[in-house]
Amino acid sequence: MSPSTYVFWFLTFVAVLSALNVVFTKNAVYSVLSLIVTFFAIAGHYFLMNAQFLGIVHIMVYAGAIMVLFLYVIMMLNLNETFETNKDTFFHIAAVIAAGLLLVTMVAAFAKTDIQMQSMVDNSEIGYLEELGKVLFNEYLLPFEIASVLLLAAMVGAVYLSKKEIQV
Amino acid sequence: MELLVFKALLVLVVFLVSLGVAAYATYGERKIAAFLQDRVGPDRAGPFGLLQPIADGVKMFMKEEIIPSVSNKWLFILGPCIAMLTACMTGVVIPWGGELSIGESSFDLQIVDLNIGILYLLGVVSTGVYGIMIGGWASNNKYSLLGALRASGQMISYEIAMGLAIIGLVMTTGTLSLKEIVHLQDAGYANIVYQPIGFLIFFICAFAELNRAPFDMPECETELIGGYHTEYSSMKLGFYLFAEYINMFISSAVIATLYFGGYHFPFESMTGLEGNLLTLVQVLVFMGKVFFFMFFFMWVRWTIPRFRYDQLMHLGWKVLLPLALINIFATGIIMWLNGSLN
Repeated sequence: MSPSTYVFWFLTFVAVLSALNVVFTKNAVYSVLSLIVTFFAIAGHYFLMNAQFLGIVHIMVYAGAIMVLFLYVIMMLNLNETFETNKDTFFHIAAVIAAGLLLVTMVAAFAKTDIQMQSMVDNSEIGYLEELGKVLFNEYLLPFEIASVLLLAAMVGAVYLSKKEIQV
Repeated sequence: MELLVFKALLVLVVFLVSLGVAAYATYGERKIAAFLQDRVGPDRAGPFGLLQPIADGVKMFMKEEIIPSVSNKWLFILGPCIAMLTACMTGVVIPWGGELSIGESSFDLQIVDLNIGILYLLGVVSTGVYGIMIGGWASNNKYSLLGALRASGQMISYEIAMGLAIIGLVMTTGTLSLKEIVHLQDAGYANIVYQPIGFLIFFICAFAELNRAPFDMPECETELIGGYHTEYSSMKLGFYLFAEYINMFISSAVIATLYFGGYHFPFESMTGLEGNLLTLVQVLVFMGKVFFFMFFFMWVRWTIPRFRYDQLMHLGWKVLLPLALINIFATGIIMWLNGSLN
């Protein structure tokens, strides 16, 4: 095995373990911290595939911004194990059904898909910023712009909801 | 193999220099504070008090280590570790000087030249906030938590303006590699000429990211005792304080690299210096620029009073952010009129 294979297995191990920890731990802060570790491990996978830009943006956006806000909110609420109330059986059943449906959908989706393994060429520059920019702003210009408009709409909506009274 | 050994040595040198500079920055800060307040400052340990940082370090190690019984032990220890780790990680992409030739081969005085160097810097900065947040939360103390919340709110807000300020720079230089940026500044003028507003925004945001006065809300002594590190003692407190000084050193280096020509100096080709001598002068010039900005950070701290938290947020979101956006548009329009866009 080449060194990068070892790194791959190590990152995979960390990613899966911390992802499981997100679900199984009772403390909300531990959950968030485990999720951050998962994001770092996945960013490591991107770096292994020579997709530097994607990897660093993954860290900046998910680990550096979104999870900070998550942690922020959880710290503000100061959730402890002692505060955890016993939920209804109704909620338990509803949660199991919802999760089961998601599982069925995903299994069905994976069963239908024809998974193609694409061999990674060493030193492929497809993940580099220049290549990505060219593809994004030529071939996929319209989806890119639509996505940005969608984000803007979400932002305006969030600002609107956070205002108690809107003076027109 | 040769390259690998050299890079490993360079990592060690950069690490030790960061620690050394940070240690003497504490001495420098106290001396400058003393000068600005018409005092003498530390003068007992060694000549001119020059051994003061060592005395402080020994003191930090010898103090009793207290981990509050109601705190979360592992996260309490993890907090300062993350703060120190992220502080030391940023020095990797900074070009410290030109080429150093040893025997037949020549090496760059930069640990790695990532082609996403600037993004790497922003990425590390954005994860730096975890050290403070985890430490503040794990202390299980209201003051610590308030300090941590303030710190994270402040750092997230100013990161955005900082990133947008850099976009203007990236537009004019057309690259994210710090080495390329330094080379371009040697060929033309320093980037401050092209991006004065961008520099100003970046510089102000650097103060906020470092949690230094006038933006030292996270640890303002009069309101929060010590902010996020209220419960910390001994070397764990030392790590937090030390990380701040390392960050100050690295941010000064980043500012010098991005906006003030890095290790190049004016009329470099006229001096007739060559080879390793030139590299040595370049490193010294770069350090000179870095020390000037470190002095500037200290100068501001002892001159300008602290902002109020709402003023801080107002400045970040309603002044710096729109200004950074206007800067991007203005840069684009000027580049378009110049015909440098194609």
